[in-house]
Amino acid sequence: MIYRMGAAFLSLAGLFISGYLYLYKIGRIGSLACGAGACETVQLSSWSRFAGLEVSLIGVLGYACLLGLSLASLQGGAYRQWPIRAMAVAAGIGVVFTLYLTYLELFVIHAICRWCVASGVIIAAIFFAALLDQRGQSRTRVL
Amino acid sequence: MAANQAGMKRFYAVFGAVAVIGLGALAYLTTRPQTVSIPANVTVQPSDTSGFRGYLKGSPDAPVEITEFADYQCPFCQTFATLQMPTIEERLINTGRLRWRYRDFPLQQHPFSRLAAHSAACADEQGKYWEQHDRIYEGQAEWAAARDAGPMFRRYAQAGGLDLGRYDACMKTGKYAGRIQASVNEGLQVGVNSTPTLLVGDRLYRGRFDSDAITKLVDSLAPRRAQ
Repeated sequence: MIYRMGAAFLSLAGLFISGYLYLYKIGRIGSLACGAGACETVQLSSWSRFAGLEVSLIGVLGYACLLGLSLASLQGGAYRQWPIRAMAVAAGIGVVFTLYLTYLELFVIHAICRWCVASGVIIAAIFFAALLDQRGQSRTRVL
Repeated sequence: MAANQAGMKRFYAVFGAVAVIGLGALAYLTTRPQTVSIPANVTVQPSDTSGFRGYLKGSPDAPVEITEFADYQCPFCQTFATLQMPTIEERLINTGRLRWRYRDFPLQQHPFSRLAAHSAACADEQGKYWEQHDRIYEGQAEWAAARDAGPMFRRYAQAGGLDLGRYDACMKTGKYAGRIQASVNEGLQVGVNSTPTLLVGDRLYRGRFDSDAITKLVDSLAPRRAQ
């Protein structure tokens, strides 16, 4: 259960980060707290939209979905498997999408947004938490 | 089982607390004051204008000059700028018959008008006034509904290829607040009280205009030469 709880906290953190970036993008927040990073360069680039949607909005929707799945996985005991499987698949897609966005930051935009890096770490951690949980459940069933 | 239930309760308590803190932080960020604002009713210093009398478009030899007093957040000004101006430009300005002078006249009821005017003034520093002017008008529906339009104007500046370091420095200092106020004062002196208002010679034209009406006006003031 610890991995599922961890995934829930991570999803919540991801939701807040992407929500923060989305609020910035729609003009509800004056400027981004980014230190020496280049968050605004990334957020204001033409690559901040994907398939007609703000990337940050995709993040909000994705993390909301992961949060829902992680909370669902905590209901009904450790043997409830479908939410954690769905979470592994969704987080896996998120990891691939994050790799694509990181490639754009490094080689196309030439700027790194530390909030995006944080989101990348979070989505990878959720993915591994889902995998570790499934692995743990498989072992339990074998024993 | 009881220990498990206690663990879940603790988890939900901590999870709920984190959620409330996060939502509170986002709520704070959306309600804090704007990062940049351009003051109204500043005392105009001679150095604020130093001969500046609006943004010009068209030939200095054009026989007719129209001065437009406009507000970036005014919907009629937006319609005029995006729908009528391209035709006016093509028919009259580019053909050398008309010179257009744009003056800022931000209305009090529009919270982002001065910021928009200042953003365009900062773009003017880098020789991109009209590009920024057009982008601001085209995006009016987007930024007028925002809580802080500043980042959107900055996005337009970036899209227009402005040096963002210079743009940010210009916006932060609010250096053109006096110039914008001078423009307002001048408008008030000649009797402008709404936007858009056109000044042709010493006569004011208020309300909605279309390109045909402007063409007729220019024709009446400077008839076309026989071909």
